[in-house]
Amino acid sequence: MKKQATRDAYGKALIELGHIHEDIVVLDADLSKSTKTAGFATEFPKRFINAGIAEQNMMGMAAGLATTGKTVFASSFAIFAAGRAFEQVRNSIAYANLNVKVCATHAGITVGEDGGSHQAVEDIAIMRSIPNMTVVVPSDGVSARKALFALYAYKGPAYLRLGRPTVPVLYEENLEFNLGKGIELKAGGDATLIACGIMVAMAQEAADKLAESGINVSVVDMHTIKPIDTDLIVKKAEETGAILTLEEHSIVGGLGGAVCEVVSEHYPVPVLRMGINDVFGQSGTPGDLLNYYNLNVSHIIQKVQDLLKKKRK
Amino acid sequence: LVEEVETKAKSIRRSIIKMLGLAGSGHTGGSLSAADILACLYFWEMQIDPHNPKWPDRDRFVLSKGHAAPVLYATLAEKGYFAKEKLETLRKLGSPLQGHPDMLKLAGVEASSGSLGQGISWAVGMALAGKMDDKSYRVYSMLGDGEIQEGMVWEALMAAAHYKLDNLLVFLDHNGLQIDGKITDVLSPEPVADKFRAFGFEVININGHDCTEIMQALEKGRQTKGKPTAIIAETIKGKGCSFMENQADWHGVAPNAEEVEKALAELG
Repeated sequence: MKKQATRDAYGKALIELGHIHEDIVVLDADLSKSTKTAGFATEFPKRFINAGIAEQNMMGMAAGLATTGKTVFASSFAIFAAGRAFEQVRNSIAYANLNVKVCATHAGITVGEDGGSHQAVEDIAIMRSIPNMTVVVPSDGVSARKALFALYAYKGPAYLRLGRPTVPVLYEENLEFNLGKGIELKAGGDATLIACGIMVAMAQEAADKLAESGINVSVVDMHTIKPIDTDLIVKKAEETGAILTLEEHSIVGGLGGAVCEVVSEHYPVPVLRMGINDVFGQSGTPGDLLNYYNLNVSHIIQKVQDLLKKKRK
Repeated sequence: LVEEVETKAKSIRRSIIKMLGLAGSGHTGGSLSAADILACLYFWEMQIDPHNPKWPDRDRFVLSKGHAAPVLYATLAEKGYFAKEKLETLRKLGSPLQGHPDMLKLAGVEASSGSLGQGISWAVGMALAGKMDDKSYRVYSMLGDGEIQEGMVWEALMAAAHYKLDNLLVFLDHNGLQIDGKITDVLSPEPVADKFRAFGFEVININGHDCTEIMQALEKGRQTKGKPTAIIAETIKGKGCSFMENQADWHGVAPNAEEVEKALAELG
C-alpha cells in the first residue's frame, strides 16, 4: 500500500501553488524542514519568511502581509500554531477575517517520541471555537493536496491540521474535494463511523472486518470540521441510527463534539466518541502510542459493538 | 506649516475629550499623549488619500497601542475619512468606532489592534510586503511604553531589524504610566532607548509634544537606510488638560460632563 505523510503532500502542493500564484507568501518558525515548507523556501526565497522561534510575531506578520493582498500560509507545529499563538490567530487573523492559512503539522499523539509537551490534542477544539475560522483535517496525501488548493481558492482564515507520520493513500488523484462536504467512503445501515485524519484509514479497515461478521457500517471522511457537514450527519443519523466518531484528538470539543452538537439539535441518536480520553500524551513510537490510547482497529470494532447495544430498537 | 499641524492637534484633542465624554468610558490619558504625533503623521508626513483609503501605494499607520483608539478616530475624522458626527457614536452598539480599532468596520483603520503587542507585528508584515513588492510606501506604528512589556513586541522588533526594514518607523509613546501606575514601578522596560538600539534600530529621542522635533525625526527616519527607525517620544499622559496630566488614573477613564467643560476650556 502506498503511504505518504500529509505534511509531505502539503510541502509539495505549496510549491505547485507557488508556481501558479504570485500572491502566495509562506512563513515558518524555524521548523521548515519538519513542516516541509523548506521546499517552497528553496524554490521561492523572496516569498518565504523565516520568523524564527517566534510564533506570536509570525501570526501578526502574517496578518500584516495579508492586508496587502498576499495569500499567506503560516506553518509551525500544531502545539505552537494553535496553542502558543492562539490569541494572535484569534485577534490578528480571524477577528480581522484575513486571508491567512495556518498550516499546522505534527498534530496529535503521532508526533511520537517528542512526548506530551509537543502533542497537540486540543487544537481542533481551540481553532473551531474561533468565529470566521475554517478547520480542515485531511486523511491522506491526496486529500491534503486537494485541501490546500481548496483553501487557496477560499478567501479567509483557515486552520489546516497535518500529521507527522506516513499514512496510507486512500484516494485517487481525481478525488473531488469540497470544503464543508464530507466524503462517504462506504455505505452500511447498522451504524456510521465519522472520522477525520489518520482515523479514516483505520475506520475503513474496521468496517471491512465488521462486514465479515455481518455488521455493515457506513464510513465518512469528515475532513472539514468547520463548517461541519450538517446535512450529511443528519442523513447518516436517519439512515443508520447510531454514530461513532473517531479522531486523533481529545474527545473534548473536536470532531466528536462537533458531531454531537449537530446530532443532538437535529436528529438525536446514540453517539460514541473515540479519541484521546481527556489526557495528555507521552513519549513512544506512533504505533505504540496509538495502541496505548486505544486508537486501533480492534478497539474500533469493540466500540461499534458497544454502540449497537445502545441503538434504539 | 508647523502652526497648521499644531492647530490640527488641538482640534484632535478637543474631539477626543468630546467623544470620550459622550461614550462614558474609554482611554483618555494615552489618547491625549499621542495627539501631536498623529497630527504630524496625518497632516505632514504620510502619503494618504482619505477618499481612496485602500490605495495600494499609501503609507500605513498601525496604532499598536490600540486602546488609544480615540486619537486615531479623531485624526481620521479631522483628515476627512468620515464625518466628525460619527465620533459621537464611539463605543455604542453598532458603531464603526469600536472600543479598540476594527479595520473591518471603519475605513482608514489599517489594523484591528488593541490586544497589546500585536499591532507592531502587523506593521512589520506590511513593511515586509512593501519590500517584497518593491513598493515605496512607508509603514508607521506606535507602541505604548507599557505595551513593550509584552514579549512579542521584541519578537517583532528583532524581525524588523533582521529584515532591514528601513521602510518602518516606530514611535514609542513614552508617557511613563500604565494602568497600575508608573511603568518603572510596575515592571520597568527601561532603558528603552538602549533596548531599541540593541535590537538594531536607529534611535531618535524627542519631545513628543513638539511638532518641529517630531517632523525633524520623521525626516531623519526617511533618510535612514538599512535599518528601521524608533522615535522615543517623551510625552505626558493626559497632555493638554492640567487635571489629567501625569495621572495614571486617567488611563482608562472618560471625563464626565463637568470635566469635559473644564478640559475644553483649557484646550481653548
